[in-house]
Amino acid sequence: MKLTSSALPSSEGFRANRAAHLAMLETVRAAADMAAAGGGAAALERHLSRGKMAPRERVAGLLDPGSPFLEIGATAAHDMYDNAAPCAGVVAGIGRVHGQEVMVVCNDATVKGGTYYPMTVKKHLRAQEIAEECHLPCVYLVDSGGANLPNQDEVFPDRDHFGRIFYNQARMSAKGIPQIAVVMGSCTAGGAYVPAMSDVTIIVKEQGTIFLAGPPLVKAATGEVVSAEDLGGGDVHTRLSGVADYLAEDDAHALALARRAVSHLNRAKPATVQWQTPEDPAYDPDELFGVVPADLRTPYDIREVIARTVDGSRFDEFKPRFGETIVTGFAHVMGCPVGIVANNGVLFSEAAQKAAHFIELCSQRGIPLVFLQNITGFMVGRKYENEGIARHGAKMVTAVATTNVPKITMLVGGSFGAGNYGMAGRAYSPNFLWTWPNSRISVMGGEQAAGVLATVRRDGIERKGGSWSPEEEAEFKRPTIEMFERQSHPLYASARLWDDGIIDPRKTRETLALSLSASLCAPIEPTRFGVFRM
Amino acid sequence: MFRKILIANRGEIACRVIDSARRLGVATVAVYSEADAGARHVALADEAVAIGGPAPKDSYLRGDAIIAAALATGAEAIHPGYGFLSENPGFVDAVEAAGLVFIGPSADAIRAMGLKDAAKALMDKAGVPVVPGYHGANQDPEHLAGAAEQIGYPVLIKAVAGGGGKGMRLVERAGDFTAALASAQGEAQTAFGNPAVLIEKYVEKPRHIEVQVFGDGTHAVHLFERDCSLQRRHQKVIEEAPAPGMTPEMREAMGMAAVRAAEAIGYKGAGTVEFIVDGSDGLRPDRFWFMEMNTRLQVEHPVTEAITGVDLVEWQLRVASGEALPAQQDDLTIRGHSFEARLYAEDVPAGFLPATGRLEHLVFSESCRADTGVRPGDTISPWYDPMIAKVIVHGPTRAAALAQLARALDDTQVAGTVTNLAFLAALARHKGFAAGDVDTGLIARDLDALTAQAAPPLAARALAVIAAAGLEDGAGAGFALWAPLRRPVAFTEEAAIRVLGPGHVSVEVGGGAHECILRPDGWWVDGAKTGARFHKAGGVVTVFMCGAHRFDIPDPLDRAAHQEASDLTLAPMPGQVKAVFVRPGDMVEAGARLAILEAMKMEHTMLAARAGRVAEVLVEAGGQVEAGAALIRLEEEEAA
Repeated sequence: MKLTSSALPSSEGFRANRAAHLAMLETVRAAADMAAAGGGAAALERHLSRGKMAPRERVAGLLDPGSPFLEIGATAAHDMYDNAAPCAGVVAGIGRVHGQEVMVVCNDATVKGGTYYPMTVKKHLRAQEIAEECHLPCVYLVDSGGANLPNQDEVFPDRDHFGRIFYNQARMSAKGIPQIAVVMGSCTAGGAYVPAMSDVTIIVKEQGTIFLAGPPLVKAATGEVVSAEDLGGGDVHTRLSGVADYLAEDDAHALALARRAVSHLNRAKPATVQWQTPEDPAYDPDELFGVVPADLRTPYDIREVIARTVDGSRFDEFKPRFGETIVTGFAHVMGCPVGIVANNGVLFSEAAQKAAHFIELCSQRGIPLVFLQNITGFMVGRKYENEGIARHGAKMVTAVATTNVPKITMLVGGSFGAGNYGMAGRAYSPNFLWTWPNSRISVMGGEQAAGVLATVRRDGIERKGGSWSPEEEAEFKRPTIEMFERQSHPLYASARLWDDGIIDPRKTRETLALSLSASLCAPIEPTRFGVFRM
Repeated sequence: MFRKILIANRGEIACRVIDSARRLGVATVAVYSEADAGARHVALADEAVAIGGPAPKDSYLRGDAIIAAALATGAEAIHPGYGFLSENPGFVDAVEAAGLVFIGPSADAIRAMGLKDAAKALMDKAGVPVVPGYHGANQDPEHLAGAAEQIGYPVLIKAVAGGGGKGMRLVERAGDFTAALASAQGEAQTAFGNPAVLIEKYVEKPRHIEVQVFGDGTHAVHLFERDCSLQRRHQKVIEEAPAPGMTPEMREAMGMAAVRAAEAIGYKGAGTVEFIVDGSDGLRPDRFWFMEMNTRLQVEHPVTEAITGVDLVEWQLRVASGEALPAQQDDLTIRGHSFEARLYAEDVPAGFLPATGRLEHLVFSESCRADTGVRPGDTISPWYDPMIAKVIVHGPTRAAALAQLARALDDTQVAGTVTNLAFLAALARHKGFAAGDVDTGLIARDLDALTAQAAPPLAARALAVIAAAGLEDGAGAGFALWAPLRRPVAFTEEAAIRVLGPGHVSVEVGGGAHECILRPDGWWVDGAKTGARFHKAGGVVTVFMCGAHRFDIPDPLDRAAHQEASDLTLAPMPGQVKAVFVRPGDMVEAGARLAILEAMKMEHTMLAARAGRVAEVLVEAGGQVEAGAALIRLEEEEAA
């Protein structure tokens, strides 16, 4: 069924929406550009003067020319650590090498020598998590001084800290997910285990070094005086120690060797879904900016978004007359079959049941799920609690949590409260979670949170016989509202890797398609649902 | 008309003959050498017979084998093409003795023109002007001076036994003659042991103009002239008809002289009478002289065909089969102007060395006649003339035809071998040539400019980068959430791309960024349509865009990281040194034997990792060494 749009591109509202979205987009673009610039011009100049390639050119040089690059955490650590770690000091994402999708993790030595800040660790681990879930070979382009010492307490000791990187490498290797390291700079201390734990390691001569302790530490410990090259350079490791397998002349040669290594992996994508020939949507995705209201509080028909996302704007809507505040149905994105679950208002019991039903269908059929999330939460009030909305919501949450089909979540608007759970928020481990620049995420709206706090406060004052003027109440609520506003912003969220990145809404289709394609590198295991509270 | 003929040739001329024969309903038999079994002429012919090995003497020059093939296949006549046996009177006799028809002149006519001096004398007698000169035995200076006077200055004094310019003097005035003669004779005596000289008219600005004739054995007509002055070392490069600057009187005079020459020897079939013409003062009827007659179809015959509308091969077949001359002189007229350029597989920068190779890609312009003996995928072998094709154009005026030639050469696409295409294209745009100011010295004078290797235009370089990246088909849409990645590309110079979308690439090359967009009509660069086409094979990218631009793409994997030649030769395992072959100070080549190590019952020969001078020999024969022990040290290489 082809969707029909009611949008009026020449209307004032459409143009106003567009202008507002473009402004929000520019804010994010500026942040992304800043992140992509890494440690800045002077640091890059130093880096290049050593004969090294710029980190992003290393990534590009590894990938096929013309390969897409689905970057993860492009604005990670934004406005954190006084902006000392742009992009969290590591570039990560999915691209193609000899036609096969790989996860690339590339240290940016122009950012504090490529040392690991807490967000660097989190991003590296998130990249590995995606790789493990999607069965993507990993290529680590290593150039890092190891843990960032001033932050060692947040980098070293805990479960999801530095050591987990090598744990993941071992576990992935055990699962047959290839681990390839290209040592293009330092690999010191714990970092030495990245190449050592890899299946295949390439090192650049007179540039890459691998050692547990660098020359200064060796001198301090044993008094031995040794150069970095003699201690753990490419010649030593490919000729004497066997820590690395291939000696490269320079970065470009190393990347060519890595490409060759990937070409010999002998992997094939498992047969999972029935692909169709991709087809552009009948409605221009560029119009998304016009059809989606700039203000999250303005309701609109989510089908306007679906019409600009799916192949041919064709959407087989499931149960259209029931539980209408959630829209479910089948469609294709760039040829890949998907089941779409999209919010179209607050969640009621019927909507939650319908969603659970639809997720069961997709799980049964092995169809990947796409969640278009714009949710203020489940309906509240006596009527709803009494009819058991929590029970119905639990069914939806159970279905989302236990299905084994790939899940891609796109945060296109608000993500508040339990709605976040039911719609495959981060805690529900979607394969990918992307956000739009206009999205907001928090446990509840700032107004509501401030209102709850203010009500408690007013009750306390009034119980003591005091009085609270509306002005005093407003003054009381203001910091809470401001805090929520700041913390719910997508840049704040993405900086902390609550998602995989903010995207240009006009690239929703491609982003979904690449996410789906990567996810489908892993076989789809049969689903066994938990107990549904009936 | 014949029912079936055999073509005793190969390449484009064999194909050319087959074409006309086919139009006349005549069946064709090709002959081929081992090297030509898959050649185009074999594929085109109705039948084909193998006649021997690849060397011409083992196949195309074997008259007996060719005649046997004709008899075996029932061919009634043999067309010799040009070259090979085409001007061999013995072959003509043999053909006729076998009861077959030779499509060409009689053996006598060939013999009459085969001996150059005798031919000149014969022509002189027939009233055809020959280059004035004195070839007599009287070497008296007075007598020689008189002869020079009679010939008319300027004259050339040449050693009779001469060659290579030795004993040759150009004399502009009578006053200089005696001194020049003495010096020439002296030099001739020293160089050749024979002071005898001859004296010839010096043609100041020589042009090579030839007249196409056609005879029936008694009468002959001429099909006007061709100008073949564009030569490099006596090899014709571009020919045209009619000759630039030709006047009706001169054409009449030359045409009649050529007809006289043909009739004087009872010429039958197509022939060419070559003249040397003094072009220093325009073309004048009293300034052309007979050089020689070629008793065959010429390579450059198509330009005559283009301006007269005559199919010369058709005429050859008709006359040889007994028909009368298909046209009389008055029926023949000139229409428009024609050029032919000879496209060769040759390495121009290396001094026009013949080249070989497989023609991976071969496309001719649709606006020209391309006479060729090869197809895409065919090989230019070292056995034969490396001609790829003759590019022939015809236009209403000389300027229009020349513009067409330039265009047709630009549109010609050859990959898999180097060619003289750029040289031909430069020649087609030469100002003097365009003005009709031609002579046989033109190419030599301007050789540097004509062979200058212009840097490929930026657009071609940008597109070559795209091809080197494998994106020439528009595949690879790229995609980035934010700024597209800049990807360095291994190229002949520093280059990088940013893929902005399907068929949309920003290329950084030559110090700037160029936006390249693939549209239905091909790649556009910086807003300009290029019409470029690509060919890729074996690390070579060729971009066809106003000529062929070749780029050798470096293989990023082709780096000898581990073979980094070290100064030291080390023992690969513990063992005993059996022999040492070098001493300090010896120079060694890479791969030279340095020593033999016996270990684990095996003899290991230690080879020099690089060329250099032996600095130290660290072991003696018979000595026992540990694994990794240094055996020989070379002197450090000087930094390049």
